[in-house]
Amino acid sequence: MRAFSYERAASPADAAARAAEVPGAKFIAGGTNLLDLMKHEIETPLHLIDVRGTGLNDITATEEGGLRVGAMVSNSTLAANPRVREAYGVLSRALVAGASGQLRNKATTGGNLLQRTRCPYFYDTAMPCNKRSPGAGCAALGKGATTRQLGVIGTSDACIATHPSDMAVALQALDARVETVTPEGETRSLTLDAFYQLPGDTPDVENTLAKGEMITGVVLPAPVEGRHAYFKVRDRSSYAFALVSVALIHAPDGTGRVALGGMAPRPWRRDAADAALPQGAAAVMAELLDGARPTEENAYKLTLAERTLAALLAEE
Amino acid sequence: MDFNQSTDDNLFDHARIVGKPHARIDGALKVTGQAPYAYERHDVAAHQLVGYPLCATIAKGRITHMDATAARAAPGVAAVVTTLDIEPLAQAKSNVARLFGGDTVAHYHQAIAVVVADTLEQARSAAALIEVRYQEEQGVFDLDAAWEQQTPDEPLSDVGDVDAAFKNAAVTLDEVYRTASQSHAMMEPHASIVDWSDGGQMTVWTSNQMIAWTRKALAKTFAIDLETIRLESPYVGGGFGGKLWLRADTVLAALGSRAAGRPVKLALPRPLVFNNATHRSGTVQRLRIAADAEGRITAFDHSAFSHTLPGGSGENPVNQTRAFYAGASRRVAHTAIEMDLPESADMRAPGEASGLAALEIAMDEMAEKLGMDPVEFRILNDTQVDPEDPNKPFSDRHYVECLQKGAADFGWEARNRTPGGQREGQWLIGQGMAGAYRGAPTMDSGARVRLQAGRLVVETDMTDIGTGSYTIIAQTAAEAMGLALEDVEVRLGNSDYPVSSGSGGQFGAASATAGVYAACLKLQEEIAQRLGMNSPRFEQGMVIAGTTEVALAEVADGEELVAEDTIHFGDFKDTLQIGTFAAHFVEVAVHAHTGETRVRRMLAVCDAGRILNPVTARSQVIGGMTMGVGAALMEGLIPDVERGFFVNHDLASYEVAVHADIPEQEVIFLDTTDAASTPLKAKGVGELGICGVAAAVANAIYNATGIRVRDYPITLDRLIDQLPKVS
Ligand SMILES: Cc1cc2nc3c(=O)[nH]c(=O)nc-3n(C[C@H](O)[C@H](O)[C@H](O)COP(=O)(O)OP(=O)(O)OC[C@H]3O[C@@H](n4cnc5c(N)ncnc54)[C@H](O)[C@@H]3O)c2cc1C
Ligand code: SF4
Repeated sequence: MRAFSYERAASPADAAARAAEVPGAKFIAGGTNLLDLMKHEIETPLHLIDVRGTGLNDITATEEGGLRVGAMVSNSTLAANPRVREAYGVLSRALVAGASGQLRNKATTGGNLLQRTRCPYFYDTAMPCNKRSPGAGCAALGKGATTRQLGVIGTSDACIATHPSDMAVALQALDARVETVTPEGETRSLTLDAFYQLPGDTPDVENTLAKGEMITGVVLPAPVEGRHAYFKVRDRSSYAFALVSVALIHAPDGTGRVALGGMAPRPWRRDAADAALPQGAAAVMAELLDGARPTEENAYKLTLAERTLAALLAEE
Repeated sequence: MDFNQSTDDNLFDHARIVGKPHARIDGALKVTGQAPYAYERHDVAAHQLVGYPLCATIAKGRITHMDATAARAAPGVAAVVTTLDIEPLAQAKSNVARLFGGDTVAHYHQAIAVVVADTLEQARSAAALIEVRYQEEQGVFDLDAAWEQQTPDEPLSDVGDVDAAFKNAAVTLDEVYRTASQSHAMMEPHASIVDWSDGGQMTVWTSNQMIAWTRKALAKTFAIDLETIRLESPYVGGGFGGKLWLRADTVLAALGSRAAGRPVKLALPRPLVFNNATHRSGTVQRLRIAADAEGRITAFDHSAFSHTLPGGSGENPVNQTRAFYAGASRRVAHTAIEMDLPESADMRAPGEASGLAALEIAMDEMAEKLGMDPVEFRILNDTQVDPEDPNKPFSDRHYVECLQKGAADFGWEARNRTPGGQREGQWLIGQGMAGAYRGAPTMDSGARVRLQAGRLVVETDMTDIGTGSYTIIAQTAAEAMGLALEDVEVRLGNSDYPVSSGSGGQFGAASATAGVYAACLKLQEEIAQRLGMNSPRFEQGMVIAGTTEVALAEVADGEELVAEDTIHFGDFKDTLQIGTFAAHFVEVAVHAHTGETRVRRMLAVCDAGRILNPVTARSQVIGGMTMGVGAALMEGLIPDVERGFFVNHDLASYEVAVHADIPEQEVIFLDTTDAASTPLKAKGVGELGICGVAAAVANAIYNATGIRVRDYPITLDRLIDQLPKVS
């Protein structure tokens, strides 16, 4: 870990302004991801701006009938919120499928969205990694590499890592928007597709936040009727990242939405796939995974995603 | 004390304390945080500094250049020792790769420098400032590619006429099985505090299973006098064989201490537990079995391959095949292929854990080919003599009872008989079983006992690696001396104490308790002599002969009485096969869509001689079963076969079973004793518990799905293409 300086910000606008102003600054919220990365010197911020005191701790109703979730709301609090449990079940389920109780108590809504990949080569600083050191190459694309956990779609020749969040998969299915404040004090509202950026040639750039721009919260639109389900498939029963996860919102008339985790550099959803839902899992995946580029080791994820959705549909 | 023949009826056959359930006597210390582990021993030496290792980032080659200037100048840094600064250290026999010194890199994450600073953070960040340049060499890292080209070694044994047996057999099997490389992944990483401040007397507070071996290894490694080294390891947060040896934590702390002139503590950061320390090698095993039409096995042919750094021995998984089942002909061979992956060495039940993972699937497959019940097939092929040498009987073998009792208690009769034929909602349900066999070695073991005003202190360098040594040793001493358990204090893991067996190879419990018993007998003699009594009895704190009774508290007039002895196990044991046996029964549910496997219940029935303490023994066995589930379903070090290292080198990516993976576990100990093993008629259980478990899970998965997987771990991607179609 490199030496760093530290301050606490009192408001989102202050935090954003300071982050733009101080060289090498980074926000820290729960610290459950950032501190690990700093210990490995994968992240080497010179200055940390602690944003936990910025007053973004509430879950409030919006005029549109939805919910605004403050960026500092912990994953535990969000999952347990009665309104979330009742009307946004897919989100509650995705959250409690993630990490462990202790981590969820510390992890925040904003931090969760920005957690970094679990590609094992990203975690070993001796390995070339375009995401860590742009232009260095990608160890996961090496001849002898293991890629079982890595992405199958939305990836690029520079990086095949996935985004590991469970929460974000549910948010994607819910059409949630990310709200931010810029160093200039302006606010923005972004869909997840506009928020997350696919790797292309620059896998080190994972989102469209400007320098210093801070997440203030997440807005959930008015609830969508139907059954909410989240199926996380993993190698052990708990405390593991998803090999594949499926978020499903299924309306009584057979229409609905499907988002996937563990497959791509961002939570993966396509309108055409949603439209195919009445035709079943195979039809959905034909749309959703069109253009997939799996490796030999992770091609099973294509089959697995379809079978997992089929399992959810068969449960009804 | 010489143990030169099987023991008669003795006090342990009428025991008050030994064999009875007792919670571990060190339990309260552990759960209240008062049992100090190596890295936490802040009080043992003043002015401790913290060391941090730097490790090689190539798998094979030479270091051409190292520059530690910036590290030495970094804040708080007291010393830096690089591998180029010193001559290559000598190598103890137990170390395959050199632990430090010189420019050669033999494996990924081999230690190449240690930085010593005031704080961990300072040492860690300074270590990152050291510049290293390498000249890389091509290595060999792919076991699966290597074994096909490898000429197998000469058979370890070849009896009868294997080829003829296969030619004449009614039913044969010929399959290849693979087990993955595994990490001990113990909770406490390797950690040491070393005070070698003046380069003279060396004191080591560490986490190690074998005090005497490690002390010797230190003397050899640093070419110093054994007498100058003192070692303490009273508590060990898990070892599983990974802490049998001297490892880099101790060596680096010692070098750091000498360089800084202060005591230094150092723990291996978690990633180094996987690539710097040792692991269990993966195996490729070709197994052939021949049987007659009635299901009697006529031959085994087991040829296995594992990997090792040049000069090591790998993971030999064929030994159980030599003695477990009947059959006139058998040939077994193990080839340790020299490769350049990190150092492979012993891990819990070295050999058998991997061998039974293959053999017991093969037995399941044979039973199916023969149309026999797998339990019946095993019973039919039981043997009471060493099948390679029928003149050599098993000392005490109740494998058939394990199978029968297990089948009855598990409800084996009511199992699903059609693979893939039992479904509950989206889950396919299956039951499987496997047998287990593990040797019961004993090692000479010493102890000292001190009688202090009616209380007894036991001192031995035996270790408690979470196994319950403290408790069973106290039970043994209390039993022997006629004291209450509370009147015995046990001190372990210190090189000032008599040399014991140490903890490993499941020999610790049986050997160390026998050593303590020997010392107690010595003390009894001394007391008898002092009191002028002839063969007194020791009961309820009293020494009794005829009508005379003297309280133990009074025999020494306020003095301390000290006695010491070592048990020596005689070679009469070589005329016998002494082993431990078990049958495992498992029920799994496999998700019909995703292929996720969840274990639903487990039963082990064990035949392991006298169970010294059913509480601690059960905890050993369920721990083994848990590790077996890990081996079956998720544990596997994944090599990058081009770059030459295990990629999943943390606990997020090397998955071990968590609580949610482990269902109800039941353990039944048969009420057996083995008079040829030790005076207590005890054998080990700690390794037996893991043996056969993985195969039982694999066989249950087959029963649930009809899919036979012969490669571990059985992750869902190995099943998914053969699972039932879904719409
Ligand atoms: C052992 C382990 C297991 C885990 N398992 C799972 C799992 O199964 N599923 C899963 O989804 N997650 C899992 N996680 C990840 C966990 O969910 C994240 O670490 C957590 O959500 C991050 O939140 P945080 O508040 O701690 O973020 P921090 O670590 O504080 O920050 C993470 C990043 O977000 C930035 N940041 C934080 N807040 C803001 C803000 N308001 N605006 C802009 N930038 C911000 C930081 O600068 C940093 O780059 C696991 C983590 C661990 C350690
Ligand atoms: S896949 Fe991406 S994160 Fe992984 S090594 Fe390659 S560039 Fe780095």
